[in-house]
Amino acid sequence: MRGVALKRFALPAVLITLAFLFPLLDDGLGLGLMFPIIVIAVYVMLALGLNIVIGFAGLLDLGFVAFYALGAYVMGWLASSHFNQVSFSFLSTAQSLSGGARPGIHISFWIVLLVAGAFTALCGVLIGAPTLRLRGDYLAIVTLGFGEIIPRFFQNGDNLGGFNLTNGTVGIKSIDSPGIPFLPESLSSWQRFGTLDLNPWYYTILVLVLITIFVNIRLRDSRLGRAWVSVREDETAAAAMGINPVTTKLWAYALGAVFGGIAGAFYGAFIKSIFPTSFSFNISILILCMVILGGMGNIYGVILGAIALQGINFYLLPQINGWVHAIGDALGSPLLSGADIPKYNFFIFGIILVLMMLLRPEGIIPNRQRQEELHDDSTGGDALGGTARA
Amino acid sequence: MTTGDATKTLSGALLEGLRHSSWQSRLAVAVVALMLALLLVQAVQDPGQFTSQLLIGLTNGAIIALIALGYTLVYGIIELINFAHGDNFMIGSFVGLTVLSGTLFGLGLFAPISGDSGTIIKVAGVLIALVVAMAACGLLNVGIERIAYKPLRNSPRLAVLITAIGMSFILQNVGLVWKGPAQVPFPDLISSANILPGDAIVFRWKDLFVLAVTIPLLVGLSYFIKNTKQGKAMRAVAQDKEAAAMVGINVNRTISVTFLLGGILAGASGVMYGLFNGITVFNVGFTQGLYAFTAAVLGGIGNLSGAVVGGLLIGIIGSMADQYVGVRWTSIVIFAVLVLVLVFRPTGLLGDRSATQGGGSGRA
Repeated sequence: MRGVALKRFALPAVLITLAFLFPLLDDGLGLGLMFPIIVIAVYVMLALGLNIVIGFAGLLDLGFVAFYALGAYVMGWLASSHFNQVSFSFLSTAQSLSGGARPGIHISFWIVLLVAGAFTALCGVLIGAPTLRLRGDYLAIVTLGFGEIIPRFFQNGDNLGGFNLTNGTVGIKSIDSPGIPFLPESLSSWQRFGTLDLNPWYYTILVLVLITIFVNIRLRDSRLGRAWVSVREDETAAAAMGINPVTTKLWAYALGAVFGGIAGAFYGAFIKSIFPTSFSFNISILILCMVILGGMGNIYGVILGAIALQGINFYLLPQINGWVHAIGDALGSPLLSGADIPKYNFFIFGIILVLMMLLRPEGIIPNRQRQEELHDDSTGGDALGGTARA
Repeated sequence: MTTGDATKTLSGALLEGLRHSSWQSRLAVAVVALMLALLLVQAVQDPGQFTSQLLIGLTNGAIIALIALGYTLVYGIIELINFAHGDNFMIGSFVGLTVLSGTLFGLGLFAPISGDSGTIIKVAGVLIALVVAMAACGLLNVGIERIAYKPLRNSPRLAVLITAIGMSFILQNVGLVWKGPAQVPFPDLISSANILPGDAIVFRWKDLFVLAVTIPLLVGLSYFIKNTKQGKAMRAVAQDKEAAAMVGINVNRTISVTFLLGGILAGASGVMYGLFNGITVFNVGFTQGLYAFTAAVLGGIGNLSGAVVGGLLIGIIGSMADQYVGVRWTSIVIFAVLVLVLVFRPTGLLGDRSATQGGGSGRA
């Protein structure tokens, strides 16, 4: 018993402790990695959200970026001076320079996080309800269609019958910083999150990621989680056993959307300005790549995939770029010394997608059940990992 | 008397159909009718502009239809949405541009062909560019199938789709390395002058060129599939792979031929797109590919005439949206068509494959 408990709790406990101590380490060693780590954590959250849809329910969602964008825009709408026609403030720590009432809607970050989650869940249900009847590959294309429509709508939404909803390509700027107003003066960086001290941001996203992991684990082991497995493996048989496939898939879609939305809202507040171009199809593919590289359905795998791919983006590609430039300088080749390797990151992600599907579709750290499904060579099934129906 | 009876039964059948239709289909018919009515108003107000826009739509639609045929051929035979097909089209336009600029494989074979070259050189250049691009894209498509899709023949359908997406990104980055991130100009070889007399209706030499290339290709494809032995084999494999293999058809070769045909059409389409629009860019394949996929779905995926009808319709919808809704809304309009068709009529206008069930009869 003790061995099992050790295995089950010791490793997560060590990892969580390390994660909580990371800012001290970063500060002590002067790594300066806080900013990339926070962005990576946002992507871990997104990948875990997409893992519910792809890993658990076996639905391929190519438009996950739509929820990320919706969450970020909810933050932009409810916590910035964008809607300057009105002036409304609720528990917000954002302060006006002149001391008067600030234009725009300013609602507390913590409330907007919840609102963003609820709003994206609603959007997930609205998008999913008519489309989830479709077969797997058609569903993938419909989600891709929505993933394209929503950012383009944000791009064109600066004049909807004269109303400026999204501020077009300029995007929404100077989004309020979150803060905890009731704290004593000594914790001033927590009263209003700043750009100099990133620790409050780090701990916020860490707690959000831990909540996401907890919910992922509980969902996987729940009745709904088992329903997802059965629908994924054989929809007809699941329906015959009294599981409603559409409702089951809708839950996966909506719950995945919640985490995408919350991650987007956090990212909006962290980056402070959001543009429609930051929510392109490439982001959907990047998140998909994280889930597939790490291992569909395996929570550790997905986290590892997110960290690995963003690590490549932030660390490895600039390094390789430096090497290529050095080689180019040594050889006197202007082509190499002027190359911009990070621009080609999606070449690497494309190769990862192809190689993983060809060689190890279950990912680096596989979920055992998915592994067996993906290596069942009987005939092609419908869902990702499902076996064929006769 | 007989005509009266016929009308009566027809109207009776219509009424019967209306009674049995779901509210969704009634709503869809109402929306389509409303759109057509609005277009008709525009047509009456300015018939010249409307007709010109219709002709531009047809030309754009012909380019899209050629890409859509590639999606539908492949889907018909192995039920894969070949996501890399749009990027194959992009590679086609790049190959065509490289041939026209005379720098194929870094060999200065001939001087760049530009708008100032003689007519014979222009015609020869365009023909060579078309042929080289068609061959290159056809072989590229076959190569992609061999490397990336063939080993996954028995995998879950979505696994192959993910591979196709990966291939799409690889091709896109090849384009990015090849011609850079900015839009690259195509030489202006075909006149934009109006063929028709007067200014009321515009039908340019460019439009004629696109139709003059597309129609023979469509006729040739139709002949190939209907009248040749290999075409018959393709139809057989599309219906039932195992049965086709049992009667001695080489299934793998047939699938390769299908990819070859799709690639050839995409190559021709890519060169025409470049000559028609005067530019190309490394990510043009994503949008054009999605438009073409929309066209294939609208016509009924797996159905060849459906792809052509869908392509022309999408071209016209796009040009009408350009004119009457605003250029920046066009892509939203077309993606909305994609979503709505998939949701309300996944079999398309002419299709016979079920999108909500376990697929066609191809898989046992």
